[in-house]
Amino acid sequence: MSATLETFDVAAIRDDFPILKQQVHGKKLVFLDSAASAQKPRAVIDAMCHVMEAQYANVHRGLHYMSEKTSDAFEAVRDKVAGFINAASREEIIFTRNATESINLVAYTWGRTALKPGDAVAVSEMEHHANLVPWQMLRDAHGTELRIVKITDSGEIDFDSLEQVFADGKVKLLAITQMSNVLGTYTPVERLAKFAHEHGAKILIDGCQAIVHRAIDVQAIDADFFAFSGHKLYGPTGIGVLYAKREILEEMPPFMGGGEMIASVSYEKTTFAKPPFRFEAGTPAIIETIGLGAAIDYVNAIGFEAIAAHERALTEHALATLGTLEGVNILGQAQDRGGVISFTMRGAHAHDIATLLDRQGIAVRAGHHCAEPLMGRLGVTSTARASFALYTTTEEIDALAHGMQRIRQIFA
Amino acid sequence: MSHPYQALIVERHKHPLHAGKPAHFDAQGQGENPICGDAVHVYVSRKGMDVYYETEGCAIMNASADLMADAVAGKTPEQVEQLHHDFEKLVTTGEENPDLGELNALAGLAAYSSRIRCATLPWSALAEALHHV
Repeated sequence: MSATLETFDVAAIRDDFPILKQQVHGKKLVFLDSAASAQKPRAVIDAMCHVMEAQYANVHRGLHYMSEKTSDAFEAVRDKVAGFINAASREEIIFTRNATESINLVAYTWGRTALKPGDAVAVSEMEHHANLVPWQMLRDAHGTELRIVKITDSGEIDFDSLEQVFADGKVKLLAITQMSNVLGTYTPVERLAKFAHEHGAKILIDGCQAIVHRAIDVQAIDADFFAFSGHKLYGPTGIGVLYAKREILEEMPPFMGGGEMIASVSYEKTTFAKPPFRFEAGTPAIIETIGLGAAIDYVNAIGFEAIAAHERALTEHALATLGTLEGVNILGQAQDRGGVISFTMRGAHAHDIATLLDRQGIAVRAGHHCAEPLMGRLGVTSTARASFALYTTTEEIDALAHGMQRIRQIFA
Repeated sequence: MSHPYQALIVERHKHPLHAGKPAHFDAQGQGENPICGDAVHVYVSRKGMDVYYETEGCAIMNASADLMADAVAGKTPEQVEQLHHDFEKLVTTGEENPDLGELNALAGLAAYSSRIRCATLPWSALAEALHHV
C-alpha cells in the first residue's frame, strides 16, 4: 500500500526512527545530513536483531535448518532488490559493501578486460570521488584515458561538452551520477544512456543519491551498470549493490577470489561460479543484506510518489527560505533538482557554520563532500550542505534558516 | 565547557592583528588540512619572534593563528615549543592553563574533536618554520 501526499504523515514516519528523539547539546536533534548516511527505521533495526536472535547461520553452505532459513532470507533480498530497480533477473544483482566497491568492481573486472589501452572513460565534473578515483586508477594501471564532461554554470550536464568528449569514438564508458551529492542536480539518465549507446559506449550510473528519492527502473533507463549503497536508503552500512546487464556479467572475470565464487577448485585449475556468485567471494554481509531488505520494504510501503512529493515541497521551501537570507549563496540552479542543498555564507567558513549549527542541535555536512574537483569548478574550497529525507520537516528547515541568521549576526 | 566561538575568537577572526605577509622574515612554514582544505602559511622573524601569517580557512584557524602570534612574541624557540605543547594539551583536554593567557579562549574546542586540528595547524606551521631557522 502506498501513501499519497494527502496520507503522508511525517509525524508517524518520524516515530518509526528512534534516533530522531535524541537531543544534541540539550537541543532537539535536527538531522539534515541524510545524503551522507540516512537514519534507520525501527523495521530495519528489528529485522537485523531478529536475524541474530532467531535465524542466523552462514549462507549457501550448511545443510542444516538455520543455514537454509538464513540463505532463503538472504536470497529473498536479491529478489527484492531486483524488483526495486526493475532488473530483468535476480542474477543481475550483486551484493557489495557499498557503491564505492560496486564501481571499483566494474573498474577492476570489466574495465581491465572489455576496455583496451587507448579506450576512454568519461565522467562528469560533478562526480563523487567514488566515481572518479577508480577510473583514474584504471587509467594509471591499464592505459585507458579519463575524460571530463563539463557542467553548465547552473550545475547541469553540458551536452555540447558531452558531444566533444565522445567525438573521436574512443569513449567506451560513460560513468555518471544520477544525482549530484553537492548540487542536488538530477541528470537525465535515459537521455545519457541513449547517447552513450548511440556512440558505442556503455553507461555506469552512480545511483547512490537518486535511489533514495525516486523510483528507479534500470530497464527503462537502459543502464548497463547501476550502483548504490544501502546506508543512504535507510538501511545499514556494509551493504551495497551493483546491477549489471546479464550479458555483460557473463563475460566479466571475477573480482576477488575465495569461497562462494567458485564452481570447482583444484591446485591446477579453478572454475568460477556463474553470476552473481562469481562476484561475491567470501561470507557476505548477511545481517546487513537482510536489513537492506527491510529498508526496501519500508520505502516501498510509503511509496516513491509520496516521498518525492514530500521532498519536493521541502526543497522548494528550503530554496525559498535559505535563498533569501542575507549573505547566503546556494550553489547550482538545475531545473531538475532534489533535496540536497549546498550553500556558503559571506564571511563565514563552512566549518564554522557546521559547528555553530551543531551547537543548536542542527546537523549539516561541511567540507568538499568528496567532490574536490567540483569545488574547484564552483570556485569554492568548501560548502555547507543540508540534505533531506522522508522524515525531514519544514519546521526543521525553518530551524536551519533561523540558525543561519544567528550565525550571520556573529560574523556580520 | 566554554563556547568555541567566544567574542575574542570572532574578534580576532574579523580584525586580525598579525595577518599578512611581512616584507622581511627569516623562516616560513606551512600547514594544510587535506580533510577541509584549510591552509596556513607562517612567517617568522627571529628577532623578537615576530610572527605573521596568511590563512585560507575557518574562523577558528584564523583566530588561533592570530592569538599564537601574540603569545609567542618575544619568546625563545624553546619557550615556543613549550607553549605549543601546552596549547595542544589545552585544546584536547579543555583544561584551562593560566600560563596560556588569551589562548585559553580556545579551550572549548575540546568538545569538537573534528575541529581541534583547525586550531593546532598554525602551531604546526610555526614549528616547521622554527625548524628551519
